[in-house]
Amino acid sequence: MTDPTTYLSHLELGEPDKTFLDTNELIINMGPQHPATHGVLRVILKLDGEKVLGTECVIGYLHRGVEKIAENRTYTMFNPYVDRMDYVAAVSNGLGYCEAVEKLLNVEAPPRAKYIRVILTELNRLASHQLWLGTHALDIGAMTPLFYTFRDREEILKIFEKYCGARLTTHAFRIGGCQYETYEGFEQDVKKFLDFVPPRIDEYEELLTTNRIWVERTRNVGKISAADCKALGVTGPVLRASGVKWDIRKALPYAAYPEFQFEIPTGANGDTYDRYMVRMQEMRQSLRIIRQAVEGIPEGPIMAKVPKVMKPPVGEVYHSIEAPKGELGYFVVSDGSTQPYRVRVRPPSFVNLQALDVMVRGQLVADVIAVIGTLDIVLGEVDR
Amino acid sequence: MLDYITSYLGMNTTPGQAGNVFWAVVYILVVFGGVSVAVIAMNWLERKALAHFQIRLGPMRVGPHGLLQPIADAVKLLTKEDIIPHEADRFVFWIAPLIILCASFTVYIVIPFGPTHAITDLNIGILFMLGVSSLSVLGVVMAGWASNSHYPLIGSLRSSAQMISYEIAMGMAVVTAILMTSLNKSGTGTLSMIGIVQAQQQQQIWFLFKFFPLGFISFAIFAIAMVAETNRAPFDLPEAESELTAGFHTEYSGLRWSLFMLGEYTAMIAVSSIAVTLWLGGWLRPFPNTLTGETWDLVFSLIPGFTFLGLAVIAFIGVKRMPKHPYFKIQTAGLAGFGAVLGLIGILLFIPPVRDRIQDIFWFVAKVAVFMYLYIWYRATFPRYRFDQLMKVGWKVLLPIAIGVLIVTAILGVVL
Repeated sequence: MTDPTTYLSHLELGEPDKTFLDTNELIINMGPQHPATHGVLRVILKLDGEKVLGTECVIGYLHRGVEKIAENRTYTMFNPYVDRMDYVAAVSNGLGYCEAVEKLLNVEAPPRAKYIRVILTELNRLASHQLWLGTHALDIGAMTPLFYTFRDREEILKIFEKYCGARLTTHAFRIGGCQYETYEGFEQDVKKFLDFVPPRIDEYEELLTTNRIWVERTRNVGKISAADCKALGVTGPVLRASGVKWDIRKALPYAAYPEFQFEIPTGANGDTYDRYMVRMQEMRQSLRIIRQAVEGIPEGPIMAKVPKVMKPPVGEVYHSIEAPKGELGYFVVSDGSTQPYRVRVRPPSFVNLQALDVMVRGQLVADVIAVIGTLDIVLGEVDR
Repeated sequence: MLDYITSYLGMNTTPGQAGNVFWAVVYILVVFGGVSVAVIAMNWLERKALAHFQIRLGPMRVGPHGLLQPIADAVKLLTKEDIIPHEADRFVFWIAPLIILCASFTVYIVIPFGPTHAITDLNIGILFMLGVSSLSVLGVVMAGWASNSHYPLIGSLRSSAQMISYEIAMGMAVVTAILMTSLNKSGTGTLSMIGIVQAQQQQQIWFLFKFFPLGFISFAIFAIAMVAETNRAPFDLPEAESELTAGFHTEYSGLRWSLFMLGEYTAMIAVSSIAVTLWLGGWLRPFPNTLTGETWDLVFSLIPGFTFLGLAVIAFIGVKRMPKHPYFKIQTAGLAGFGAVLGLIGILLFIPPVRDRIQDIFWFVAKVAVFMYLYIWYRATFPRYRFDQLMKVGWKVLLPIAIGVLIVTAILGVVL
């Protein structure tokens, strides 16, 4: 393995404070095998005691060449692959890809399919946020919320399983609509879920929101300003916690989102606590959207007229959706053949991870863990 | 020889004071065995209680309700490959867990489980306990340094800083309690552990309620500091799993690692014993002065027996709820046997001579058990402090309050 110091050599890092002691900096290799880097992220830290002077992320340990694979598959065949990027929010990935190709083909999914898509995507946002909350709390040392969130996430996965047979990598949507009609009792299941989850979210909040230690560990930790967020391209809850009201569901509406009423929660300080609060409120907003969608779901076909062999006209399209972690964009180029000429994914985790160095400089080692947790990265998506 | 052995039986003092080596060794073996069993029980209880806090079942496979899990773990740890990293300082690496273990077991010499149930009674008992228990910092530093690795080094530096700074607040809280022992006619206090409990008996009040809320505050400070002292959640930074993998014992495995764990749990019981002795009346039963008379004495002396009978009933309810499948036959029988043993102990505790001798130990252990449960509860509830916040709490909050309480107590002691 390369000497970790070489990774840091190009960065402008401060030197340890030598006022009182003749100290040396400590270079620590955090990951790729580490309990709190959410997979195989490797962070090289330059420390002055416990203070972080600078960081460098080394990524690529989970690189599978998803974008290259796309060039050798037909449009339909590539669809399941996108689920493997952000595997905790597979439904969102599928939605983004399907809508991008639909845009290229110039077809539109029927209204019923759009509603089903919204319900499942929002359920998935909830599942993703629950997983985030559990692991984030565990990183900060609170063990118990993890089990509570996993218990409730299970109900969402059960709905997915009943709908399409898979729990994690669902492949729920097809280009042009949905493959499957909702199963018998789908609406009741979702409504039951909507009724039992709000008290559970209160339960998580009871454990954390006003907990002194939790507040001390997250307030003013990993602060990032709105200007920095914009400069780095940070999106999603991280951006919203810095006070920018930017949500693609409202800004560039897609699927059936224009028909629903919901709010965009924002924070003010851009610290870890605000990001926590934004995500907690987003969970409640998701429930609101799902309730509206389930109550107003129209009858009708679930698949648009799409040719069996897809040959989109020559051209390119960029389509982005609001994934649980931020803006998930697909840039698809067609050369008129059955296979895409190029698929470029703009993954939110990858872009958000850039902010790590800005957020942790000058803070302590423990904050690095808190910040990695609060960025909510999934390495499958970072490395692709 | 026989005379030497029997001569102690008539004496009303600890074997250490009586100078009887035979009984001292017996007491040492009993205490060592008892603490080891308590650690095993604590291990099981922690996993079980924590699991139920977290809507899990915890260990269920090894023995009925996982009762044999700690034994299975011990066997696993003993048979594991013993790894010493190539770059480690072998001797220091080897001796570090032993230092921690010895430091945490040595303090049991002066813990009074009853007026005569202690290995010995030193006139500097509490000082001895604090001094010896703080030796374990040495083991932590040595373990971190000898591992020759970054994470253990940071972990050991964190824990030495933490243990030392919390010791000061802890010491101040202890001094408050010791001051309270001198509030008698002669005006002389004591550092002896047995003497401290006897002082509470004479003053007819647990020091927890003395000069309310002063006694309570000093107790609370001690209760917080002792969690930090033993590196348990929410002050478990030295072994912060999510940050430093396992802190100072990252490089340890197998037997050596289990010695660290044994040391940690032993130390937990030891500091809880200090808290019980100093503030909760040690071996004294609840309400020794208000609920007096023979009837009350009888009622309280029956409680130990009923406790064990209750545990036996719980075990038998468990037997009833076991699955009826033949696969669980041995487990069900085992649980029934366990229940029977508990019941037998319960009945044994009703026999008058046993009852009178065992009472003190029972109340002491019951009070310590409450603390043990609190440790688990903390772990399930709280996130972890950050290092600078931990230091802030120790130096800027606990220490000033402890000194303030000490001064006010001293003034009150003189005035009243």
